[in-house]
Amino acid sequence: MSAYILRRILYAIPILIGVNLITFLLFFVVNSPEDMARMHLGQKRVTTEAIQAWKAEHGYDRPLLYNDAASGLASLTDTIFFQKSVKLFAFQFGSSDDGRDIGYDISQRMWPSLAIAVPVLMVGLAFNISYALFIVFFRATYIDIGSVVLLVAMLSISSLFYIIGGQFLLSKAFHLVPISGYDQGLNAWKFLILPVIVGVIGGIGSGTRWYRSLFLEEIAKDYVRTARAKGLSERFVLFRHVLRNALIPILTGVVVVLPLLFMGSLITESFFGIPGLGSYTIDAISNQDFAIVRSMVFLGAVLYILGLILTDISYTVVDPRVRLQ
Amino acid sequence: MREKTPWWLLAALALLLSGCGDSTWNDPYPSADATRNTYYSSFAERPKHLDPARSYSANEYAFLAQIYEPPLQYHFLLRPYQLVPLSAAEVPAPRYFDASGAALPDDVAPGEIDRSDYVIRIQPGIRFQPHPAFASDDEGRYLYHAIESSDLAGVNQLADFDQVGTRELTAEDYIYQIKRLAAPWLHSPIAGVMSQHIRGFGELAEALAGLETDGELARIQALREARIQGVQALDRYSFKITVESKYPQFVYWLAMPFFAPLPWEADVFYAQPGMAERNIVLDWYPVGTGPYMLSENNPNLRMALERNPNFHGERYPSEGMPEDAVSGILADAGKPIPFIDRAVYSLEKEDIPRWNKFLQGYYDSSGISSDAFDQAVQIDAQDQPMLTADMRAQGIELLTAVQPSNFYMGFNMLDPVVGGDSQRARLLRRAISIAMDYEEFISIFANGRGLVAQGPIPPGIFGHRDGEAGINPFVYEWRDGRPVRRSLEEARTLMEQAGYPGGVDRESGRGLSINYEAVATGPDDRARLNWIRKQFAKLGIELVIRSTDYNRFQEKIRNGTGQVFMWGWNADYPDPENFLFLLYGPNGKVEHQGENASNYANPEFDRLFDAMKFMEDGPQRQAIVDRMVEIARTDAPWVWGFFPKAFSLHHQWLHNAHPNEMANNTLKYRRLDPQQRAELRREWNEPVLWPIWAIGGLILLLVIPALWMVRRRERSTAL
Repeated sequence: MSAYILRRILYAIPILIGVNLITFLLFFVVNSPEDMARMHLGQKRVTTEAIQAWKAEHGYDRPLLYNDAASGLASLTDTIFFQKSVKLFAFQFGSSDDGRDIGYDISQRMWPSLAIAVPVLMVGLAFNISYALFIVFFRATYIDIGSVVLLVAMLSISSLFYIIGGQFLLSKAFHLVPISGYDQGLNAWKFLILPVIVGVIGGIGSGTRWYRSLFLEEIAKDYVRTARAKGLSERFVLFRHVLRNALIPILTGVVVVLPLLFMGSLITESFFGIPGLGSYTIDAISNQDFAIVRSMVFLGAVLYILGLILTDISYTVVDPRVRLQ
Repeated sequence: MREKTPWWLLAALALLLSGCGDSTWNDPYPSADATRNTYYSSFAERPKHLDPARSYSANEYAFLAQIYEPPLQYHFLLRPYQLVPLSAAEVPAPRYFDASGAALPDDVAPGEIDRSDYVIRIQPGIRFQPHPAFASDDEGRYLYHAIESSDLAGVNQLADFDQVGTRELTAEDYIYQIKRLAAPWLHSPIAGVMSQHIRGFGELAEALAGLETDGELARIQALREARIQGVQALDRYSFKITVESKYPQFVYWLAMPFFAPLPWEADVFYAQPGMAERNIVLDWYPVGTGPYMLSENNPNLRMALERNPNFHGERYPSEGMPEDAVSGILADAGKPIPFIDRAVYSLEKEDIPRWNKFLQGYYDSSGISSDAFDQAVQIDAQDQPMLTADMRAQGIELLTAVQPSNFYMGFNMLDPVVGGDSQRARLLRRAISIAMDYEEFISIFANGRGLVAQGPIPPGIFGHRDGEAGINPFVYEWRDGRPVRRSLEEARTLMEQAGYPGGVDRESGRGLSINYEAVATGPDDRARLNWIRKQFAKLGIELVIRSTDYNRFQEKIRNGTGQVFMWGWNADYPDPENFLFLLYGPNGKVEHQGENASNYANPEFDRLFDAMKFMEDGPQRQAIVDRMVEIARTDAPWVWGFFPKAFSLHHQWLHNAHPNEMANNTLKYRRLDPQQRAELRREWNEPVLWPIWAIGGLILLLVIPALWMVRRRERSTAL
């Protein structure tokens, strides 16, 4: 398995270079270094000299991808792309364009993101699986049909609706929780209730539908019929046999998103005023801060690859027949 | 045997009970703060810079102006806006000298003046806020000026330094800050402007740019040692700034944070190894002498100001406008300020939560978003805004003020069709000016929050004229005591005279098509753009909307490739020069990279501007401004657009929330009644518990039959 993991890590390197290159190209198609300088220097009374000085100080006075003026390897290394990207592979994110240490900011802002994402995942998982099992138990009845209609309706509704609706009902109309905000440490709990409820409810439609499909696929298999023929109760069959055998696709979906929980949710964090990594990324995009954008995209890619490797490893844990080679 | 209560049940009960105290459940603040003298507000965008040499935007000034004290400030109540001393002892009057150094009288012709000297005397006894940069031992050695990165273990924010100190403000602190404005590594946005005015500023900037030093501390040392010809300390409490020739507007710059004093100790402290890696920098932790100091800076969540214990003290103004005597705004006259102990600003990016928190009483004041406008304000029969009944019932008060800003539609005067000095183009621009119904624009897209502009100078700024004398005769006529937009027929006649009858070019026989450069990002923009297209269509002109992002839009304006566009300006200071320079030829965007986005150039206008900018306010200056405005109206390089009106709401417990669109340091005048606020918050936010019981009951209603069905199904037999 070690060789397999090593190979996957080596595969990741060209993927990360590619992701970096695409991010770089996309960013600089929309924003030139001069645009970035203007954004950071302000809109009023900006002189050409000030723009040149800003670009020089931040290393944006080089060519983007290829340096005609340099010779040999320097024609590739003395470029914005190389200078700004190579340190990422050592997880040195450097400073944002306004001078703040990105690594420090990420270490601070990942906690609020996790504070929402982990409970949403855990509670959502528990609820969705339970509800899916319940529907499967009553498959082909009015409970099943009614639930599917409800779930399709729920997954058709925009997440923004759940957010605004939740804020309206729980905070504005019933005065039960703060409408937005955050606090440090244990004081954060009252700010987490609403986003977690909204996150869980918003995910019920798609999550439960997905698990229902998995369970229905399993329930038609021979081993289930055998279990029933042995006289096991339907509850026992569902929890002990169907659920266990459906764990592989469930794990695929869950483990792959585990590392990405750090990255936060863009809309939720913005609407609830949560100072997590999602709002960090959005702010960086609107402020044309390439240093943060490239760091967050790189981190996202690394975490996604990590999630896929973890998923592969988890297969071997759940299903002894699976061997990684 | 007694059954043990499950731990989770106890925890849930404790959690529930913790919310049942005196405080309301949806209170976003700690319950202990409910009756504290704390002002609550919000901000939508985190400040980029808190270094007074770099900061140049309103959202940053909202904080900086409470912390730093430049020599001057704007009087809180008097209008038109007046400068009064802040950290200075008095408003400095310039003294003029010729090239030989001989003193000149005040009324000398500007051409004879070689330099103007401003002597600024500061108030003795002002002390900086407590800060670790000043902490010293018994022998006066600074405790934190020679630290290594390894000494900073466990230090993550400024508050982690145990010791703080202070010292008296001196003239050298102002001089040091002016030198910082010239430091190329700080990228001060006004370095270019100041190099044209302060003697020796440009030379200092060049010298600093060529500095070959090793490390930031060495750079700061070099900055401390550097001399600037036009800025000299006269004694401990006074200094002199020498300005090239005559520049009466210079005194306004002395009311901006750029000229606030900065202690060199702060620069040295923040430049030490390991500080930047921990984000402990001046741009994040200001050091000032003002009424407040930044006690918490987490702009991703919250920023908090605390009363500065070293504040030198100030009194609430005793004079105001005649109407202020009856409005009650002078009730606190002569009392020591600031009144508020603490101000907490929460990051609130979305309008909906911000608005609802204001209605719940968790923000003391608020602006009004477009979505909430109809809920808050209605327009009465006299076109005057008034609060809705709901707002009045809640005791909310509305304040309005015309901002010293303008939004206009500019024609690129370099364009061969809409630009230039030909009569044909001028008539075309005038026709479009009539067709662009800005009254409707303000009504639809600004909820009535604007005043149609008759020229470039907003109300409240010297040079603006009200009434019949102030209307633009090319677009309006005075009828029944009010300006009435000229008819479309007149605009069409102008089109005919310009050679575009019905919007068709008489020479080529083709329909006139004009490109409109737009920054469009959402569906709201589409409605606005459609409206603009319809205005041009009234004259038969096809308007081609060229939507792009803001970067490309700016590029087009810089390169002069656009035809028509919308732009705006927010005044730096309340002087007509700060608006008329937007039409000054040598300020052209394309040729000179200035702020004249239309690239308008009229020799007579430019000549008058050169004379006007040196003049003191008075009838002579007014006459020149009138003539300049007349020239601009005749040439019509802009459709004059509108001056935005700021609408703000505040709760009944907040006092002295008087609008002052030039001053940013108004927090110190505000006063709160925290007890009344706490009572009303409780009343407005009583938790509604029936939904919890209803949901619980609903769950039981669903679960019990389901469980029953499960049992029944399991017990049932196949046959």
